[in-house]
Amino acid sequence: MSLWYQLCDMLPIEMLHWDFMKNALLAVLLISPLFGISSTMIVTGKMSFFSDALGHSAFTGIAIGAICGISSPTWVAVIFAVVFALLFSYVRSRSNHTADTLIGVFSSTAIALGIFIATLGGSSFTKYNKYLIGDILSVTGAEIGMLAIVLIVVIIFWLILSNKIMLTSIHPQLASSRGISVRVTQTLFTTAIAIVVTLAVSWVGLLILNSLLVLPGATSRNVAKNLKQYSLFSVLIALISGIVGLCLSYYIGASSGAAISLVLALLFLISFLFRKVRM
Amino acid sequence: MNIGSHGGSCAHSCCLRVQNLSVKIGNDTILEDINLHAHCGEMIALIGPNGAGKSTLLKAILGQQDYNGIISFCAPGQRNRRPKIGYVPQSPTFDPGDPVTVSDLFTCCMSKRPAFLGLSKAMRKKVLECLDRVHGEDLLDKRVGALSGGELQRVLLALALEPLPNILILDEPLSGVDVEGMEVLMDMLDEIRQVYDLSIIMTTHNFSVLNTYADQVILINKSIVCQGTPKQVLSSGEFNRVFHRKGEIV
Repeated sequence: MSLWYQLCDMLPIEMLHWDFMKNALLAVLLISPLFGISSTMIVTGKMSFFSDALGHSAFTGIAIGAICGISSPTWVAVIFAVVFALLFSYVRSRSNHTADTLIGVFSSTAIALGIFIATLGGSSFTKYNKYLIGDILSVTGAEIGMLAIVLIVVIIFWLILSNKIMLTSIHPQLASSRGISVRVTQTLFTTAIAIVVTLAVSWVGLLILNSLLVLPGATSRNVAKNLKQYSLFSVLIALISGIVGLCLSYYIGASSGAAISLVLALLFLISFLFRKVRM
Repeated sequence: MNIGSHGGSCAHSCCLRVQNLSVKIGNDTILEDINLHAHCGEMIALIGPNGAGKSTLLKAILGQQDYNGIISFCAPGQRNRRPKIGYVPQSPTFDPGDPVTVSDLFTCCMSKRPAFLGLSKAMRKKVLECLDRVHGEDLLDKRVGALSGGELQRVLLALALEPLPNILILDEPLSGVDVEGMEVLMDMLDEIRQVYDLSIIMTTHNFSVLNTYADQVILINKSIVCQGTPKQVLSSGEFNRVFHRKGEIV
């Protein structure tokens, strides 16, 4: 961390004189590629709504952890989100309902349970506000270390499984005929997304988390011609939006998560217009 | 259920034998008492009305569907092993907006190197070799979602042929393919079975190609209704009854 601090001090940028902004920028540099990598798979797998539901389940896990008096409710939230993802996969494989109906069922149940637990006994909801809108400026050095570890794990996971996940996403039957277990692959993928979503929810906020998980992939999809470009553009878009959004939020004085989401939305609009011209 | 070598004698060097196969899903009997025998280099067409169980039979052979009965296979040096099966799924549709090229699809299927890292020189050479089998080298960098029905079938056929299978299974390969593409595809299948000496089992609703290309036609309607050469089956009373036709289709 001290090396990062020294590097920031060398830069003639006013916002980087503050330690919390140095932490926030480093967190953005770590978390953006995570979102960029995950986003292409979420968009291709038509799981945008599912990742939103995972954010809701993360909130419920945090509420359960808090009411149980656990000092670090994030880990309870991770476990809850993984159980939520596995339960969803199980029900989906044994139900004749469409995925969006089941996601609606799981998502609304999770958020209702979360609010119920958070307000149990007349408790105030105020302390949970940071999970709704997020606060990346509050990220600590220890949390950044954890983010770095998660980024490395996700990259390794991706290097090993991305071909199987992509094939399962674009054509499950073809994947199955090539000897790939569609159910196992989908379960591993949803578990990985559950962990990423849960760890990010306190910094990014439940309400706009999904925009970071969907917009980089959706924007990249508008302009990419192959999988290499798709992934590369998605990571770059997430990184650029993260840095620009953080700077905007500092100089304008607004929520960082919201600023990042708005930059992403703008890039999506530009890519959409470019796509139309190209077509 | 059992997949393994069969005890019966067969004059051919390799063959697939299905004996007394039945499939039940819940209380519904989907297939019963299915028996068939496919040799190397032979093209078998499964025909039947919608819901007759054709795709279920293919899934049972592929090992994707539970069944009762015996599916056995023998080939030189491959006794007691599952046959290598190449499969072309029914009505494959790909999202036209997905930025997935033919080379990406091959990389996802055949390589451990992540497709998002791009195509290595060795992989590019290998994919081109695969596409060459179906005369589709020019399709390498095309997006999968932008391929015509015929082009997509050729790409999936090239994929199914790598690694080279003992049995090639195609589920409705002619649906969504125009007349010209149909002829190209059937000629290609004919060439493949001769060059690689593999069994081809396909389902189809297009009876006009059967006389020219199929060695054996099996009419299924939950069980085998009629079986024989294309001429025998297409002129049979069972065929006319199942498809409510009044005369022979040639």
